[in-house]
Amino acid sequence: MTLFLQLLVNGLIVGALYGVVAMSFVLIYKASRIVNFAQGEFLLIGAWTCWWLLTSWQLPFWIGFPITLAFMMLFGIILQVVVLRPMIGEPIISVIMVTIGLSLFFQALMKWMFGVFAKPFPPIFSSPTVSVLGLEVQTVYVVSLVISILIMAGFGWFFKFSRMGLAMRATAFDQQVAQSLGISVRQVFAASWAISAMVSAVAGVTVGVVNGVSSALSFFGIKVFPAVILGGLDSVVGAVIGGLIVGVLENLAHYVDSQWLNWGNMYEIAPFYVLIAILMVKPYGLFGTKDIERV
Amino acid sequence: MANISLIPCGDFKTAYGADTTIFPTVTSRNFAIAGVLLLALCPLFMDRYWLSLLIQIGYLGIAALGLNILVGFTGQISIGHSAFFGFGAFSSAWLSNSYGVPVALAIPLAGVMTTAIGMIFGVPAARLKGLYLAIATLAAQYILQDFFARADWFTGGVAGTIAEPFSLFGFAFDTDGKFFYVALVYMVIMYVLATNLMRTRDGRALVAVRDHYLSAEIMGINLTKYRTMSFGISAFYAGIGGALYAHYLQFVSVEGFTILFSIQFLGMIIIGGLGSIMGTLMGTAFMVLLPEAMQFITTSLSGTAIDTALNLKDAIAFLREMAIGVVIILFLVFEPDGLAHRWKQIKAYWKLYPFSH
Repeated sequence: MTLFLQLLVNGLIVGALYGVVAMSFVLIYKASRIVNFAQGEFLLIGAWTCWWLLTSWQLPFWIGFPITLAFMMLFGIILQVVVLRPMIGEPIISVIMVTIGLSLFFQALMKWMFGVFAKPFPPIFSSPTVSVLGLEVQTVYVVSLVISILIMAGFGWFFKFSRMGLAMRATAFDQQVAQSLGISVRQVFAASWAISAMVSAVAGVTVGVVNGVSSALSFFGIKVFPAVILGGLDSVVGAVIGGLIVGVLENLAHYVDSQWLNWGNMYEIAPFYVLIAILMVKPYGLFGTKDIERV
Repeated sequence: MANISLIPCGDFKTAYGADTTIFPTVTSRNFAIAGVLLLALCPLFMDRYWLSLLIQIGYLGIAALGLNILVGFTGQISIGHSAFFGFGAFSSAWLSNSYGVPVALAIPLAGVMTTAIGMIFGVPAARLKGLYLAIATLAAQYILQDFFARADWFTGGVAGTIAEPFSLFGFAFDTDGKFFYVALVYMVIMYVLATNLMRTRDGRALVAVRDHYLSAEIMGINLTKYRTMSFGISAFYAGIGGALYAHYLQFVSVEGFTILFSIQFLGMIIIGGLGSIMGTLMGTAFMVLLPEAMQFITTSLSGTAIDTALNLKDAIAFLREMAIGVVIILFLVFEPDGLAHRWKQIKAYWKLYPFSH
């Protein structure tokens, strides 16, 4: 029973991280209609940058982390301007393939620069675990949960009240109308990539602190898809819920597997079975809006 | 796809059939036959290394053609092609090992088995479009990969499985020089089949589904049928390609059929040209030769300052992956119609030389 609770808590915390990544995925999709298969690489690059600053330059975390964020912001903008901007108006297959190509490129580049083995972060918190309701939980996880909730609240505020957020929603709704109202669509696209890269880097650093940094981080970008499909592609709230569900689901599958089935590897595969099942029944995801096409 | 084909003056067609011939001119037909004959002579003067590259182009080209029928002609996207390729490889090995089916028969049977699997994953695909389909096939990739690692009876588990060499009437095609002909025959058959498929009613229906599926449906084309069928055909080609791969290497390991391999397949058809049959072959050749070119560059750079600064020798595996990614992006940005388009332009240039207009 303790194992079950432990897995449930882990699931919720990891799920919150999935939710954060899924949210930044949805952000890009909503603003620029680009499906970003390189989302996992954002986590990877962010985590490696922070790791590099902290180990090679011996910077304290509170300096290294903001530098990482600033770097990721620049990185997101440059990526959008150099690679994705020429792809505006191309068919969806081409756009998907460009992001797949990017993901391949950056994954290999990171392996080349930092090696294939996981490298641990220098310790950031004084005590590695804290006890929450009698369960031992890693401090980083608690902090990450708090950060996730903060980011989600921040997103909520951003889209509801800030000028840029409103501009983004307008652009997502109709690019031409937004442009005619004086919104710079280019700026909106660039901003969405910058924010997405930054938020993903936060998630990447968090996971890196817990598990060490390695190319396995980019698998987060794949795990985002079940979450996003569950939540519906164009709903930020849905992405968070989807992320939580996937996090809990994979831990539950792991529990069921370790207790009764002993198939192994259910932790990674279960979300994909669920994904296929959902798409069979509801081709637009659970909360996604159905496209109505006019002839 | 822009179609620049230059036809000599005064060549008027009098029947609709003339518009859909495989070869537009007699010269192009003769060139194609000469090309196949020239390839057939290759084992006489090529060494093993080049032959193995050509065989690779052969079986990968067959599988890539299947993907091009799905992506380039039907407009569906699949990020799980290597899983089907792997399934074909394992089923052919399994059929010949467990049931003693002769290899020559096991290869087409493996194609049929893979078709069945492809159809199963094609059922959700028939209702999905664009991104949702991409994600569904991504799930298929991981599910099948997991299945390979799990199903000991079928794949031999982590140890992998051994496949018998191809043999026909007691004659074993066990060397590169001999297997080359098997690959060549299969390649020619599969490419002719695909070309012919695109000339039939079904092939035109696939293209109609790609170009505007609503109009296609209004014209009476059954979308579900053709989308599922396209998935089946693509899986069939992947299965045949995979089976040839298994009997060529005579060993199949469960680790080979990763998402990276699937992306390579997509890269082949993008580089070659979506919706172009000969382009698929060019793209496959490009993708097979790319790592060799990378290898060549790194060896020729070895010892220089660049080599010592970047430690190129240890990075060759990563450099290959990066090259694939970069090539895919560059082609999509600068030459979205692929090598096939470029080839047509070159032909047109020389036909009109020296007056380019």
